[in-house]
Amino acid sequence: MTDNRFFNRSELIGILMLAVLLVVVLPLTLDVFRLNLVAKYLTYAFVALGLVICWGYGGILSLGQGVFFGLGGYCMAMFLKLEASSVENTKIQSTPGIPDFMDWNQITALPFFWKPFNSLTFTIAAIILVPGIFALIIGTAMFKRRVGGTYFAIITQAVAAILTILIVGQQGYTGGINGMTDLRTLKGWDIRPDHAKIVLYFFEVGCLFVCIMIAQFVRHSKLGRILVAMREKEDRVRFSGYSVANFKIFAFCIAAVFAAIGGAMFALNVGFMSPSFVGIVPSIEMVIYTAVGGRLSILGAIYGTLLVNFAKTGLSESFPELWLFGLGGLFIAVVLAFPNGLAGIWGDYVQPRIDRLISSRKSKPDGGWTDSSVADGAPAE
Amino acid sequence: MFGDYSIGDLGSIFVMQGFAGLILFSVYVLMALGLAIIFGQMGVINMAHGEFMILGAYVTWMTSNLFQAYLPGLFAGYFFLAMILAFVASGALGMLVEWVLIRHLYKRPLDTLLATWGLSLMLQQAYRSVFGAREVGVELPQWMLGSLQVTSSIEVPINGVFVMCLTVLITIGVAYVMYKSRWGRQVRAVVQNRIMAGAVGINTEKVDRYTFGLGCGIAGVAGSAFTMIGSTGPTSGQLYIVDTFLVVVFGGAASLLGTIASAFSISQTQSTLEFFMSGSMAKVLTLLAVVGILMLRPQGLFALKVRK
Repeated sequence: MTDNRFFNRSELIGILMLAVLLVVVLPLTLDVFRLNLVAKYLTYAFVALGLVICWGYGGILSLGQGVFFGLGGYCMAMFLKLEASSVENTKIQSTPGIPDFMDWNQITALPFFWKPFNSLTFTIAAIILVPGIFALIIGTAMFKRRVGGTYFAIITQAVAAILTILIVGQQGYTGGINGMTDLRTLKGWDIRPDHAKIVLYFFEVGCLFVCIMIAQFVRHSKLGRILVAMREKEDRVRFSGYSVANFKIFAFCIAAVFAAIGGAMFALNVGFMSPSFVGIVPSIEMVIYTAVGGRLSILGAIYGTLLVNFAKTGLSESFPELWLFGLGGLFIAVVLAFPNGLAGIWGDYVQPRIDRLISSRKSKPDGGWTDSSVADGAPAE
Repeated sequence: MFGDYSIGDLGSIFVMQGFAGLILFSVYVLMALGLAIIFGQMGVINMAHGEFMILGAYVTWMTSNLFQAYLPGLFAGYFFLAMILAFVASGALGMLVEWVLIRHLYKRPLDTLLATWGLSLMLQQAYRSVFGAREVGVELPQWMLGSLQVTSSIEVPINGVFVMCLTVLITIGVAYVMYKSRWGRQVRAVVQNRIMAGAVGINTEKVDRYTFGLGCGIAGVAGSAFTMIGSTGPTSGQLYIVDTFLVVVFGGAASLLGTIASAFSISQTQSTLEFFMSGSMAKVLTLLAVVGILMLRPQGLFALKVRK
């Protein structure tokens, strides 16, 4: 964090403010139920963060991030499910020791691809590697053939559709439309009570900051500048001798791995995983979080995710009819009026005033940022 | 999976499933024709295309209800009027959307995707508020029910043949308009080079608006045909949008012939596979095959050779 090459001063202040908000302000002001909601929203922030690199910097719009979110989440959920279906927990089943949905679907032995998920080490490796390799395959197949832009978006969308249909259709192996529910312990440690939720929240925030650091590193490294150059004028980068496809594949893979970590956190924090987080609709919603926050801003994506989700919970609790109109309108408004999202508004209107305040009064700008971000989250209260 | 059937049985199965897939094929072709114009020609990723289709389906449903209530004597012919109304309603909405939303986004194709997705959410909620969340089904006139007995083991559903014929007529019409008429020439000119087309005196804004309207109108007709294979609900359109995009991309985005060929192969593969395995696995296999082929041949089946 001290390596100043990767932060300028305002970025450092921004990251510190986010840390204060997530580590101090929210846990102190919210009850455990609301804090667990924030934890759920933050799992999407991982996806949004990946999209900033992949879409904002690289210009590659993936509408299949739900696939990677789902793969990561299912890897984690498979481990937790196996631990929850120990022989003594499932002795009323006709085949004890296998997950309940397998028993309901007349499967009598654990399928081979479930067996390695008895090991936590393998699971953690799988959470990173399975989506990473999957993204590598898709990315290599598409980018080496110079498929980009809209075509790539449509094909990733089709992949999301395929995976959803597959998970729903293969009920015996995946839990079908209900997904994997009733996850209980992690290595014997119960993940359901309140104090576990708080520990998991802080663990998640820690992981999020690691990912933010990686994203910052990518952004300020030469790699990040090549990504931006590629987005602006792909041919010139290619003619300068860079392998455009490899950089695109890298950006896509990093976004996939971030999404997968988010998915794994989701399974841990929320306690289930289902195909409704894999398909096209959730994938596009995740793109919206990034768009609202600002596709070019690492921190903006996280605020955007929190904000849209708080608004969603608040609106759908009190005005379920209005919610889809609101979300749809938000999409259109962001695209038409604010292509750079909240971060763009911040940079254009708020930051200059604060800078002026600093130069005239030499006072700290921190108060304004914290207040506005907390006030933004207020509708859920 | 083929082992339990004799050669003759298999032949009949393929033919019957082929005809059973006719309506699906028609819906795909009509949806994809509209999208081929909007996406293939204009470059707009219209994620709300399914909702334009569903608007056509709701219009058909309302027309059938009106005829049942007030003109029971003419019920046999309501479908023709319903199709025209569906075309007009979806087309008008399309032109409105183009004017309000799309015309600001021609230079940012990926953003049209997000904006039209927002539009599709709003339309879904509007349908839910107006027509209710429950799915509605359309009653078909007597002469469309039943099937023609061709041989002892082959039956052909009449409504499938009817929709199929209509689809062929509409396709020919669209091909004529796009490739033979003066207006179609203007559309293609605008698509190829907007600035030059404007410079030679074509009113590009007007052409854009009518082109978008035409694509949406055809989607409305697809919705009319759709009422024959499924009940209509606020979110039915979303189920078809990915398939439709795949049909267009698989066929080669700018080629009408490719669109038809790919709609045919995708719908027939799917309906034939459905006989041998569960519907969801048939769909997974079909989509996987399409995505696999697209990874090997990204330009689609019939690609125009264009110098860029």
